Amino acid sequence: MPNNTQQPLSTAQAELAQKADAIRQSAENAAAATVQGQTPIIRMENIVKSFYIGTESELEILHGINFEVYKGEFVAIVGASGSGKSTLMNIIGALDKATSGTYMLDGVDVSKLGDLEISRIRCEKIGFVFQTFNLISRTNALRNVELPMMYDKVPRAERSKRAKELLELVEMTDRATHQPNELSGGQKQRVAIARSMANDPAIILADEPTGALDSKTGRLVMDIFHRLHEQQGKTIVLITHSHELAEECQRIITISDGKIIGTRPRKGVRA
Amino acid sequence: MLFLENISLAISGLLANKMRALLTMLGIIIGIGSVIGIMTVGNSMTTALTESMQSMGATNITVSITQKSSSDTTEGGMTRMFRPSTPAASDLLTDDMIAEYKAAYGDDIFAIGLVESVGSNTAINGTQSAGVNITGCNLEYNDVANEEIINGRFINEYDIDNSKPVAVVSDVLCDELFGANVDPIGKSFTITYGTKIYTFYVVGVFTYEANGFTLSSTDSVPTTTMYIPLSTAKQIDGASAGYQTFTVVGSADAPTDFLDQTEEFFAYYYTRNSTYTATASSMASLMETMTEMVGTMSLAIAVIAAISLVVGGIGVMNIMLVSITERTREIGTRKALGATNGSIRLQFIVESVIICIIGGIIGILVGLMLGAAGAKLLGYAASPSISVIIIAVLFSMAIGVFFGYYPANKAAKMDPVEALRYE
Repeated sequence: MPNNTQQPLSTAQAELAQKADAIRQSAENAAAATVQGQTPIIRMENIVKSFYIGTESELEILHGINFEVYKGEFVAIVGASGSGKSTLMNIIGALDKATSGTYMLDGVDVSKLGDLEISRIRCEKIGFVFQTFNLISRTNALRNVELPMMYDKVPRAERSKRAKELLELVEMTDRATHQPNELSGGQKQRVAIARSMANDPAIILADEPTGALDSKTGRLVMDIFHRLHEQQGKTIVLITHSHELAEECQRIITISDGKIIGTRPRKGVRA
Repeated sequence: MLFLENISLAISGLLANKMRALLTMLGIIIGIGSVIGIMTVGNSMTTALTESMQSMGATNITVSITQKSSSDTTEGGMTRMFRPSTPAASDLLTDDMIAEYKAAYGDDIFAIGLVESVGSNTAINGTQSAGVNITGCNLEYNDVANEEIINGRFINEYDIDNSKPVAVVSDVLCDELFGANVDPIGKSFTITYGTKIYTFYVVGVFTYEANGFTLSSTDSVPTTTMYIPLSTAKQIDGASAGYQTFTVVGSADAPTDFLDQTEEFFAYYYTRNSTYTATASSMASLMETMTEMVGTMSLAIAVIAAISLVVGGIGVMNIMLVSITERTREIGTRKALGATNGSIRLQFIVESVIICIIGGIIGILVGLMLGAAGAKLLGYAASPSISVIIIAVLFSMAIGVFFGYYPANKAAKMDPVEALRYE
């Protein structure tokens, strides 16, 4: 009995999915058209992420994610909370490993790396910007920016020089010796952005970077990202739940229920 | 490079939580402090006693008569030496025995110092007075006492044969009785013994050296030894012929078991004596006993210290675990920024080692102060043991590594995703 009622429903679902696939494919083609022939910085193929593997309550969060990000792109991954975007971000940032599928980051197959190499990848290829800033307390702004370079074993003098340059880039030079608790939210996030740039990473991965800020300082932070993108040609992946914010990016990848339901270029030019 | 960063990071972390850091270190401070304190006092004591024993001649053999213990279980020089006794004249060591001893061991004997102790008294010159220990002695006695004669001479044969009222006294006594710039030779002072007053003439002056056994404060005039002829001493206290004790200085080529041979020789005379026997002991054998005692004491302290350091170490471990939980997000962030598990582990081990080293250093300072105070209280010069201090620092480092490893490893193995999500 239930079969009869379910049959047409699943057919409809399949049709919907096919349509969605077709839309996505065309959008991907459109976006990829501008970067044809290039090797993508990020390439995800059939990324599946499950939790509690092998237990009765096994939970699949990501069901086969496929997408690519090319050098110099400013991409938004947008989705509601619970859509799996945080899980996806953790995989992009090499903080977590996919259960199956291939993740190529700047030509390196991250899914096959050990702990030590993963640390190196995070250090050299990825610049994190978190919603809650995550500056190291009791360590001044300059030292915070130096931190990734310290882990990359950059000599002290060089480290300090580059950190100062980066703070200048985000207009935080006069706060270089301030501790995080002496900085406002917007200032903290600017320091965090400078820190994400420290090792000149392949991508900057920003997770709700304006989520903890008011709209004015949020605007300021977004302007910095645009500047980095336009002037320095940085590849930026912005993870957000806000469609408004996503619209600022070149390309928008929409994720829902652990699947990419759409990839499209932005609607208009940023005001 | 990472190492130096970690050190400054750890120190700034400790400064941010001063009270907590201090409480964490307390166990280490108490452990290290008590060891250093007690070791300093012990070391000061041993150093002072060893020095004074050596100045008295560590190899000098003291032959004395001691009461036979009924069960005959008395062991060690200390117990024998301090047993109270009042021997009869027939129990004493005689000149005949000594003569026979000399005949038997002539080559091994350098000198035999005979003494008749008249006891403590007060030397008086007009209104001036100073404490003296009156010691009647024979000609050879200065080979035992090794006093440095700076003026005049020691007791001579003529003095002894004629029971002269002459005395060899300390420079300290002379200064007190006759004034600092007066030649004391030929000067006289009086001694009251019982109801009689005796007048003594100074024939020699020796340099007074404070020794470890003298527990007197520095501001008053110390009681010094006053040497008089043996015969004069016996006249004063009316002692019978014979000695309760005398000292033998072995010659350079005396056999190693000379002490035992000497004891055996004199004990033979006492085989039929029901209450007394003769024993021989030397400072060397006394020192051995003392070193043994100090060793036992050190072992006991080491055990106590080990317990308190383990407790301290557990305290450090506990605080490190708390600290790691508090800093979960920091650990997650560091991992996201590229920190390897190894560098996280290093960071927390360095932190725990720094806590322990700072605790150790404070402990050493506290211990040195306690030790100095304790040594001063007992009247010795404080002589802290450098080796103990080095061991203390190394040991506190080891505690830091040992008790810091588990929390540090826990931090290193944190999942970055979980750590970043931690509220």
